[in-house]
Amino acid sequence: MKFALFLGCNIPARVQQYELSARAVFNKLGIDVVDIEGFNCCGYPLRNIDSRASILAAARNMALAEKDHLDIVVLCMCGFGMFKEAAHKLRKSDVLRAEINAMLAQEGLEYSGKSQVKHVLTVLYHDVGLETIKQKVVRGCKDIKIAAHYGCHALRPSDVVMFDDPLNPEIFDRLVEVTGAKSVHWQSRLDCCGAPLFGVNDELSTDLTKRKIADARNSGADYLCDACTYCHMQFDSVQSLMMASGQEEQNHAVPAILYTQLLGLSLGLDGRAVGLNYNRIDISKIEESLTK
Amino acid sequence: MFYSISLYAALAVFIIGLIYKIHTWFSSKLALLPQATSARFLPALKGIVATIFSAKISTLLGAFFLDVVIQRKLLKDDFLRWLAHMLIYWPFTLLLFMHALDSLITANIFSGYSSTINPFLFLRDLFGFLVIVGVCLVLYRRFVIKAPRLRTNVMDHYAIIILAVIMLSGVFLEGAKIGSYSKYNSMVEQYSGLEDPGEIKPLTAFWVENYGVVSPDVKGPFDAGLLEKGRELHEMSCVTCHSRPQWAFMGNTVAVSVRGIAVSLDNANVHGVLWYIHFLACFIGLAYLPFSKFFHLFATPLSILANSVMNRKDSEAANVATRQALELDACTHCGQCTSRCSVAVVFEEFGNANILPSEKIQSLKTLAAGRDTQKDDVVRILDGITLCTNCRRCTDVCPAGINLEDLWFNVKEGLLKNDYPEYALLSPLSYYRGLMRDQIPQQNYGQPLSLAREMITQKYGLIKDRAGTIALTAETDAFPDPGLSFDASTFKDCFGCQTCTNVCPVVANYEDPKERLGLLPHQIMYSLGLGIKDLALGSNMLWDCVTCYQCQEQCPQGVRVTDILFELKNLAIVNAKKVSV
Repeated sequence: MKFALFLGCNIPARVQQYELSARAVFNKLGIDVVDIEGFNCCGYPLRNIDSRASILAAARNMALAEKDHLDIVVLCMCGFGMFKEAAHKLRKSDVLRAEINAMLAQEGLEYSGKSQVKHVLTVLYHDVGLETIKQKVVRGCKDIKIAAHYGCHALRPSDVVMFDDPLNPEIFDRLVEVTGAKSVHWQSRLDCCGAPLFGVNDELSTDLTKRKIADARNSGADYLCDACTYCHMQFDSVQSLMMASGQEEQNHAVPAILYTQLLGLSLGLDGRAVGLNYNRIDISKIEESLTK
Repeated sequence: MFYSISLYAALAVFIIGLIYKIHTWFSSKLALLPQATSARFLPALKGIVATIFSAKISTLLGAFFLDVVIQRKLLKDDFLRWLAHMLIYWPFTLLLFMHALDSLITANIFSGYSSTINPFLFLRDLFGFLVIVGVCLVLYRRFVIKAPRLRTNVMDHYAIIILAVIMLSGVFLEGAKIGSYSKYNSMVEQYSGLEDPGEIKPLTAFWVENYGVVSPDVKGPFDAGLLEKGRELHEMSCVTCHSRPQWAFMGNTVAVSVRGIAVSLDNANVHGVLWYIHFLACFIGLAYLPFSKFFHLFATPLSILANSVMNRKDSEAANVATRQALELDACTHCGQCTSRCSVAVVFEEFGNANILPSEKIQSLKTLAAGRDTQKDDVVRILDGITLCTNCRRCTDVCPAGINLEDLWFNVKEGLLKNDYPEYALLSPLSYYRGLMRDQIPQQNYGQPLSLAREMITQKYGLIKDRAGTIALTAETDAFPDPGLSFDASTFKDCFGCQTCTNVCPVVANYEDPKERLGLLPHQIMYSLGLGIKDLALGSNMLWDCVTCYQCQEQCPQGVRVTDILFELKNLAIVNAKKVSV
């Protein structure tokens, strides 16, 4: 199993734990990943401004992977959604595809749609499989209660992303359970984390975040679990800013853990190997809850 | 005389230029904090002294060795460029000390020094050769490989040309001198003590045979006795100062290839002309150095060293401002940042060169110099800086050690104070700005965001002026771009169930959603259906849409609600830009 690993912009700069934990988990599960140096912005943050520019950016990445005959695994849900959206638009419009390819041709690239784009959760659930993961889990997390946050851009629009059942998804819950942790049911599990508006309308953005944190807390979750760069920045960096500014009470916090960190721990990796030290809200205690 | 005057003139311009440039580091208007020169100079001095007499000195030394001397970033990132840089920098420096400054340096270290004797004769050509190879690699990278979006500007051309002129004029000068009969004669006159032409002839024969001199009348083949006599004279007067010209392999190659016309070249005093070209090119290079990209010889090591010990948290704001002015001079326009820039590709769509970090720096130089800058130019710079995902790759790869990420941040915040609307702020590109909120004065944080929204909505009066009736004139071109609009035209299928609004988390967040958002999602679909697109374009809902796709997912009629909002946002920005620029 071999993929081009798409990290995007934020992971190397400010969510290093995602890269660390994902690589460590891939290594444990025998997934080969290749780094393509030329990868650029996924296009997602440009969509509000100029959809064509966002599609161009996404298409260039997919064309680079295509050139190396590789499928792409994306860690971020917004990036994943953007690739799917771009692929959808490029498939449906010959005019658009021709225009984008004309720009890519200047660098000797071409997008034809041969490379598949998958999110890390899909790869784990479908390509690796729960059984294989289960066999490699060496540490139980059975006392840990997890609120799995699905993430909008992987789940919807379902006809474009084809990630899971959009109204009643389950792959994230199953993946949490395979680590031995309990996946709690919570009302707002399919709602937005608030990240797309952070920096644009902070009040609205953090209102949405607060609501989710409160719901996760009321559902008895110890941790919010996410598998997206933006969701994680929102639940980790922004939640810690909210705590610092008194918007969120310290003892009400529900710290976030990336799914690859949780899985990594259950596969026997230690806290450093999955980058727990990079999380803004300290979750180093989680290691104590792991059972042999 | 002319030589000395031009040398001193060049030196004077160089020194004045140096002082002027250093002065600009403390007075640049670019940075966020326009402080008086004196208010910037003392903290800099204090910072430098405090750093040198602290444990940080080891960091400085490490950075000097690894990043200045070895250039490890470049070595890691692009071997070809590293090689070109090393081939130009080191041999050129050696040429400067061994050859250009020989009377000051080499002659004082080596008592028997003469430029025409080995090892100096050979080394001069070797160093020159290496520089020429380096310049060829530069030409190859810039003009043959042509990396996408790598741009070559006037300063880059100047740097290549002046180097090439200095090097090639030197080689040709050497070649012309080797074959020059008049040069030979004046040397004989000066050093041999021979006067009788009969006595000089054997020496001339020997030099024609072995040293490449081309005489109009003394020509081979020579008999062995004559040459033997010439050798004796040569060993008496010449050999202590002259190794065989073959050692000067480049100059000699030139001499050999022009041997047929050497006499005419000599008569036309070509070596004299070349000498003028050679030293004048050197002096021009020297005088113009502070104003050309060669100034990086001074600024880049300082930038690397300063950045190795400074950071946003602990460094004094005045020193950051000084460093950022210095960083503009440290940039060599090498284009490494652009080659790794995460958004460089969208330059193809937007056509704004300020998206490319290497070009952005050039624009900032103009801004910093305080030259008259048109509003349009400033808007384009601001736009280029905002179209950035803050991936930090430019900073990571910059071989000049420039903290580009911080530079963009400070310049952007500075420019946003101008009250020019920047629409790209209304996107997830602002996430980083949100995270950095505590670094921005509170009154400056929200202002640019509201300004951008206001500028968009003010174009669409319909949303504010609700007293009157709205004329329902059908618009046929709701979405002009056929490349993207096939999904957007689904608004026609809306049958008014309001599911989109009922599932919208943004609507649910407000007690008074209509007042906050202008139009609710289903109302946007209605307005499009009724052909009043302008009403929809003026709605705040567009910019408060969290793009969660709940509306679109749950629409029973398959209306691509979120996609439609995306298209409306794109359209609103295009229209707003048409107004403001």
